This record gives sequence, C-alpha cells and structure tokens, in this order.
Amino acid sequence: MSQAVYGLMAEFDSPGAVLRAAEKVRNAGYRRWDVFTPFPIHGLDKVMGYRNSLVGWVSLAMGAGAFFSVVFLLWYANDFDYPLVVGGKPMFSPPMTFVPSYILMILGAAVGALLGMLGINQLPRLHHPLLGKKRFELATRDRFIIVIGANDKKFRDEETRRLLEEIGGANIETVEDVE
Amino acid sequence: MSEIANIEELKKLALPAELRRAPVIEGNRGLGWLTDKLSAFAEAKVPLWWWILFVPAAFSAAVIFPTCLFYQVFTGVGVWGNNHPDMWGWDIVNFIWWVGVAHAGTLISAMLFLTRQHWRTTIGRMAEAMTVFSVAMAGLYPAIHVGRAWFDWFMFPIPNSNGNWPQFKSPLMWDVFAVNTYLMVSSLFWFMGMIPDFAVLRDRSTTRIRRAIFSILAMGWTGSAWQWHNYEKAYVVLCGLCTLLVFTVSSIVGLDFCTAQIAGWHATIFPLYFVIGAVFCGFGMMLVLLTSLRKLCGLEAIITRSHIDKVAKLTLLSGLCIDYIYLMEIFIAWYSGDPYERWVFGHRFFGQSYWYFGWMMIGVNVCVTQLLWFKKVRSNLLLLFIIGVLINIGMWTERFVIVVGSLYQDFLPANWGKYHPTIWDIGLYVGTLGAFFMLYLLFVKFLPVIAISEVKGAMPQGDPHHPLGGAQKGGH
Repeated sequence: MSQAVYGLMAEFDSPGAVLRAAEKVRNAGYRRWDVFTPFPIHGLDKVMGYRNSLVGWVSLAMGAGAFFSVVFLLWYANDFDYPLVVGGKPMFSPPMTFVPSYILMILGAAVGALLGMLGINQLPRLHHPLLGKKRFELATRDRFIIVIGANDKKFRDEETRRLLEEIGGANIETVEDVE
Repeated sequence: MSEIANIEELKKLALPAELRRAPVIEGNRGLGWLTDKLSAFAEAKVPLWWWILFVPAAFSAAVIFPTCLFYQVFTGVGVWGNNHPDMWGWDIVNFIWWVGVAHAGTLISAMLFLTRQHWRTTIGRMAEAMTVFSVAMAGLYPAIHVGRAWFDWFMFPIPNSNGNWPQFKSPLMWDVFAVNTYLMVSSLFWFMGMIPDFAVLRDRSTTRIRRAIFSILAMGWTGSAWQWHNYEKAYVVLCGLCTLLVFTVSSIVGLDFCTAQIAGWHATIFPLYFVIGAVFCGFGMMLVLLTSLRKLCGLEAIITRSHIDKVAKLTLLSGLCIDYIYLMEIFIAWYSGDPYERWVFGHRFFGQSYWYFGWMMIGVNVCVTQLLWFKKVRSNLLLLFIIGVLINIGMWTERFVIVVGSLYQDFLPANWGKYHPTIWDIGLYVGTLGAFFMLYLLFVKFLPVIAISEVKGAMPQGDPHHPLGGAQKGGH
C-alpha cells in the first residue's frame, strides 16, 4: 500500500458554518475539493458552482426512448407482423398506443433517473479513500466535512492546512490514497 | 430573518402558541441525537412484540399462502368460488384492494414531496414500503386468476413459436404493464431513497457482517455535494413520475370494468372512482401502520401527533371525495333511466343477497369517516387505529359490491347466480395478508424505517439560514 496523499479533510459542526467555509475555499481559488454532508444543504450547489444536473436529461432520453419504442412495438405487433382486427377498429392508430407507451415511458424515465444518478455520481464503487477514515464516518451523522484534493493545482500541504484552520475547520487530517 | 442572531432573540420574535406551526420533530434536539434515535430500532435486539407479530405473519406467508397458491395452480380456478355468472370474485376484489392500499403510499411520499410538505419526511419511507409490498401482493392475483399461470408469458410481447402477439387494444393488457411498472418504479423509488440511509447504517455498524451488507447496499455513497446535487434531481424526477403512476394504475384497473357492458360497471366515472377509492383505502392502512408502529418502535417524538392529525385530515378529504362519487353513481343510475342500471343499484341496498355489504360500505366509508371532522377523534390514536381498520374493511366491501354485486344478476335471468367464496379464496387472502405483514415487519426491523437524511434536512438544525443551523447575523 503506497501512502500517496489523497487530500486534507476538515470538520465543521453546522450547515451554516460549512456553507461559509465552502465560500472561502472557493474564493481561495481551489478547484478540486468537495463538501460531504449528512443531507443536502440548501445553497451549497450555488457555492460549488453546479449547473442543472444532467440526471433530468438522462431520464427524459430514456423515457422518450421507451415511449417511441413501444409505439413501434405496437405497430409491429398488431399491424405489421400479425395484423389483428379488434371490434372493426383500425389495425394501428396513435390513440390505441397511448396507454401502454405512456406507462412504459414512466418506467423508462424512472430507470433513467436512477441509472443517471448512479452513473453521474460514479456509483456503485466498492471503496473510496475517505471511507477508510474513522472521522469520516461522522459525515453521515452530524458533521460536515470539507476535503481539498491533493490533485488540486493550488494544493500545498502547509498552506492548505492553514486555510482550513482559518476558516474554522476542526480535526484536520491527511487522507491517504489507497492503491 | 436577517437580524436574528441567537435563540433568545428568536424566542422574542416567536408567534403566539395558536399561530405557531408544529415543529417537524419534537423536542428541538441535535442531528446526532436524531441519527441515534432513528437507527436505534434497526440496531437493537429484536423485541418481543416483533416476534409475537412476526410468527403468525410468517406462518401465514410460509404455510397457508403457498398451500392455497399451489393447490389452485395445480387444480384450476374451479377451487375458488368463481363460477358462472360470477367469473370475477375474491381474486379481483383482493387485487383491487391491494392496489388501492398501495396508492396512498405513493401519494404521501411523492405528491407531498412535490408540494414541499416537510412533515412527510417522517412517514414517507413507511408509506413507500407499504406501496412496494402491497403492489407485490396485488400483482400476484391477476397472474393466477388467468387460470393457467404457466401461460402468463403470453401476456408479454415476446416473440414466440406461435407467431402471435398480445392484443394491445384491451385495458386488461394495459393492466399487465401498469401493475408491473408500478411495482418496479415504486421499488426503485424506495431503494433510491434508502441509499443515503444505508450509508448511515454502514458508518454506524459495529459488526463486520453488518458493515459488509450495508456497504454493498449503500454502493459507496459518501454524501458529497456533487452526489447530493444529482441525487436531489433524480429524486424530484422520480417523485413526478410516481405521481403520474398514482393516477394511471387505478384508472386502468377502472377501465377494465367500464369497458364491459355490465350494468353497474359501464360508467365513465370508474377510472376516477378507483383512483379516489384506492387513495382512501391506502390512507386507512397508513393510519393503522402509523398509530401502531409509532408506539411499538418508540418513535413518538418523530412521528408526532401533528403528523398523524394531518394524515387523518387527508383521510377525511379522500373520504369526502369517495362519498361524492357514491352519490353521483347512484344519481346517474337513476338519471340514466336505464332499467338495468336502476335494478342493479336498487339491489345493492335492497336485494336478496349481499345487501348488507352495500350498507356496510355506506356505514363505514360515508358515516364512520365523518368522525374525523372532530379534533378529539383525530387526537385519539386508538380510535384512529380502529377507524383505519374499518376503512380497510369498508373499502374491501365496496370492491365486493362492485365486482360481485354487478355480476350476479345481469340482463338475463339465465345469468343469475350466487357467489360464495371457498376456503381457498379465504386462505389465499389470509396468505397475502400474512406475506404483506411479514415483509413489513422485516422492513421495520432491519431497514431504515424513517428517512434519516430527509428528516435532518427538514429540521431547523439542518437549515444553513436558521440560527440553529449555524447561521450568523446577516443570513448565513
């Protein structure tokens, strides 16, 4: 196991404190850093500079794909491959396809939302350097943790540690990269 | 908000007691306390009451259920009471009943999320679990009701050696897709909601095996801002989709009926009727589960009386909607001038058979529900539990009145005949009830029964713009 450094982590004890600290880290010019919280914090998206999540688009694409595939399937099944007359109605008409395609659109969009979320978040993953830290277990409890990555261009062990101290971080620790 | 610096100043500004909103969580505790409280039950030793409830449920699920299921599948639908003219009996009644129970769960967790009701965070997970398990029970009935269950795959568009395809113009066919989609989407929604809470249990775990299980379930969740950002988007999208499902699944079940020519079924109100009935029935089940689990799991500070009061109010609202629909159904039967319609509706209440079910339906769904107008009733948990049970029975009789009450005397006297359920009908229903409660008890004991991360976000301690959440003078 090599002991390469993954980054530095610091703890904060309230969502308000971590939000202020995050603003300062951003203003200090860091780019490879993240905030780990037990629940989503209102306003953090803006501080981190995230645009609208792509998950919605993945969901839309899967939903629309499912919708039109089912329209095609119904045309193929009931009109083209095995024409079936039911009650003298046309073999194929858009209204007849609506209900099944609408339902499977919901299924497709829902699967798209879940897979999109997992994919964009790069989950599932079996391990993460942070999950090896004992103090990091508090990030799902009542602590709010800022991690500045060692791969950030501005990362200097001393300087970054000082910044984290200045913005009120407690229990500053080095996170080892596990390989 | 900008001038508030600490709790003392906040107290000075507080509204008089009557105008204040009840807090989501009672007692103004911290996030750590909340985490301990919410995970405590899943981590503690299995209590005695759990075994007392679990053993009969598991017996019913593991013995009665498969016995009745296999006997019916091996022998045929004839073992049930279904026979000409009552080709639909308890199987379809129970199918609609189980689908109905599911609906309130989706309504609570998805629609109340979209309308930003913070109190839903404490009961949403329980409601979702109710949905998943009851849809699974519902899905079983049509699958075996077809008679030859090993031909169920005919219902799916699979290329086969017969060279034929399902007939997609029928609502019965749409049902296959609707129920399966409902099961898949609600399980998916339920699972996704639990990912951050699996991470909580993973980080709290003390034994290797618990850690391994919850690590796999949490899938490496770290709770980074980026993960939450995408998670919240996916959650809101799924809520929107689940809300659509509340309206589609029961509508399609309603269409199964109203496309038939039978008097009593052939009405355009049916899709809406079934949606409202489903939601009402589900709220009844929710009252039963909430009032009992709150006490048994020691969650009085989390599922507060104010939350139960709100569920009771929603039950009343959906009950009033269903009362209106009963009234309309009877009015239209009279107004249509159709002698067969009038005959069927007259016989629902004054016929020779099953009239008592008609009155039971009115007695419970119309009369008992009105008790919920009173605050005294809404704050009496035992009474709410009883009302919840009664609503479930009342809604079951409503479905019986619709299904059997319309079939047993149709246009020709040659098609008149009585319906009696057999021991296998009853056994299968008891079996599904057992399976439902067994699954629910397993969920309550081993999984995060309350959405831990959502509750935290709904508390003042979780709001970065609130003094308790660490906001300083000037907003944050």
